[in-house]
Amino acid sequence: MTTESEIGAGPQATMLRVLIPVALALLVGGLILLALGKNPLDYYGYVMQRSLLRWGGFQETLTRMAPLLLIAAGLIVAFRAGIWNLGGDGQFLLAAVTSAALAPVLIGLIPRGLTLVVCMIVGIGVGALWSLIPAMLKARYGVNEIITTLMMSFLGTSLANVLIKLVLRDPDTTVPQTRSLPVDGRLPRLFDTTIHCGLVLAILAVILVHLMMTRTAFGLKLQVLGANRAAAIHAGLRVERLTIVAFALSAGLIGLAGAVEVLGVWGTVRADWNPAFGLLVVPLVFLARFNGYAVIGFTLFFSALMVGGESAARRVGVPQHYVLVLVALLLLFLALVEYLDQSRRKRIAA
Amino acid sequence: MNALFTEPFLVSLLFGAVTAGLPLLLAGLGEQISEKAGVLNIGLEGMMLFGAYTGFLATYSTGSFWLGFLAGGAGGMAVALIVLLLCIRRGLNQIVIGIALTVGAEGLTSLLHFVQFSRTYPRLPAAPVLALPILSQIPILGKGFFSHHPLVYVSWILVAALTWMFRSTYLGLSLEAAGNKPAALDAAGVDVVRTRSLAVLATGFLAGVGGAYMANVGAGLFVPFMTGGAGVIGIVLAMLARGRPLWVLIGASLFGVSVAMTTALQVAGINVPTDVVQMLPFAVVMLVLVLFARNSMLPPALGLPYVRGER
Repeated sequence: MTTESEIGAGPQATMLRVLIPVALALLVGGLILLALGKNPLDYYGYVMQRSLLRWGGFQETLTRMAPLLLIAAGLIVAFRAGIWNLGGDGQFLLAAVTSAALAPVLIGLIPRGLTLVVCMIVGIGVGALWSLIPAMLKARYGVNEIITTLMMSFLGTSLANVLIKLVLRDPDTTVPQTRSLPVDGRLPRLFDTTIHCGLVLAILAVILVHLMMTRTAFGLKLQVLGANRAAAIHAGLRVERLTIVAFALSAGLIGLAGAVEVLGVWGTVRADWNPAFGLLVVPLVFLARFNGYAVIGFTLFFSALMVGGESAARRVGVPQHYVLVLVALLLLFLALVEYLDQSRRKRIAA
Repeated sequence: MNALFTEPFLVSLLFGAVTAGLPLLLAGLGEQISEKAGVLNIGLEGMMLFGAYTGFLATYSTGSFWLGFLAGGAGGMAVALIVLLLCIRRGLNQIVIGIALTVGAEGLTSLLHFVQFSRTYPRLPAAPVLALPILSQIPILGKGFFSHHPLVYVSWILVAALTWMFRSTYLGLSLEAAGNKPAALDAAGVDVVRTRSLAVLATGFLAGVGGAYMANVGAGLFVPFMTGGAGVIGIVLAMLARGRPLWVLIGASLFGVSVAMTTALQVAGINVPTDVVQMLPFAVVMLVLVLFARNSMLPPALGLPYVRGER
């Protein structure tokens, strides 16, 4: 499923198969802007300048990458193991809320470093726990995990709100939110920047996941499971356990993303806050063909689009959701280019 | 607690449940047709949302609700056409394209809404209502069930019609074969790609009409992201119903009640966070799954492209 493209062509061809869809997406997206009477060059120029060329914006872009990369790491584990964990949003939010509620309490009792570590571990645990039911249903009874994870995601999103509004609410604020973690209690910044160290953690996580999936026996087992479930059973793999472990790893990493975003950036979670990163990262992971290194590049690109797009709304008069159009176009063109490439190779082979 | 059983509360609960449940019903029925034929339409949400936009646009500019529903159906079909071309004809990954279409519809409709309506936020007048003779005179039930826009009654008839179609028509059996054993259908001389294409277009139409109903009748306006997961619920309903249209209706009603419950509770003067009530149907469904989990809820060929002669 994944290795085919890596063996089939050199790095140049791989670059082309990524760059062509990117160029096409920007082009068609530009035409849409043009049709609406906006100047696409202004828009792209502004987005790039705001999110990559200006130091403050660039730091924001890098900071945004942290949760996206951790989610991507989680999705890579699941997708390579043939598990469609589409419930990222619920896992992310519940982990965010529990760690946000825990941190202000712990910080008064134990040192900052320990608080942060404990909260992150709790985040991982909560995320993993929220995948347990879909994992068991999939492992034992083969119930399709797409529906179960999506439903658990809705449940989790609502439960997070209920927790904030009814249980964990800070009595001193008018808008329902958890008690906020003071700025000096949050994740430490890197050097003199505004970027928190969650970014380092996230990059490490993606690389480790990539190495685990491609270089270890455990990763190979998961890949076998992903390629052909029946073959995995036939080969004597303990498919039930592998499924549950892969689910827990995936959801745990996504939970960590929630904890890191809260401990590093916000310090609190407001009711009805849902950045909906979970589903947005899915296409990026596909674009990268489940490759951890490639995901880092795509995430940088996407996070720049997001950060730049948010401020372009006011300046150039294009709403920030236009970025979604670009993502969709990118996916469509990527799938198309891949398809054309494959059928060309088939013709050559035949 | 007495306030819960007054007439206004029950009427607003039932009426709201039907209004909120109808888009889910149509989308769920649409998805059911696709899934039967072996196509997993993750882009259902995108079809609904785009249908909501085109439907609103048509009704807003012509004043006709029926034209709005037609336009909504056309909008949904336009999105379905991409699924048809890329996934059914070319065999591209249905999940990737589905997510792309949902995300794309979210972005595109936000963009169009921003350009056209973000300064004015136009609203539609209340939709015309057809009160069924005699039935609408029944206390409580009459106002709750039988005083809606005619599309509601059409959809109920559709449930029966689809049940009959799946069970006793050539087309229905072809659909089922396309999902269960496409090679057998092919061997029987029926074009698998055409059968699936028809199914996907029907899905797009129904989802689009559902979206248009949500915008034009339910809300009276279009706002970006207004479907808010309704498409995903539609997919869930179709999967849980295992090919039986009546179960989609039951499921959609359950979800409709839970959505309507929050407003109805406010009418009764009880304040519960919306989230609590919204969790209920999902919790019930998960519970049912945990208790009665069974194998093979889905057609074996679901999500797989059909290539003749390939296994």
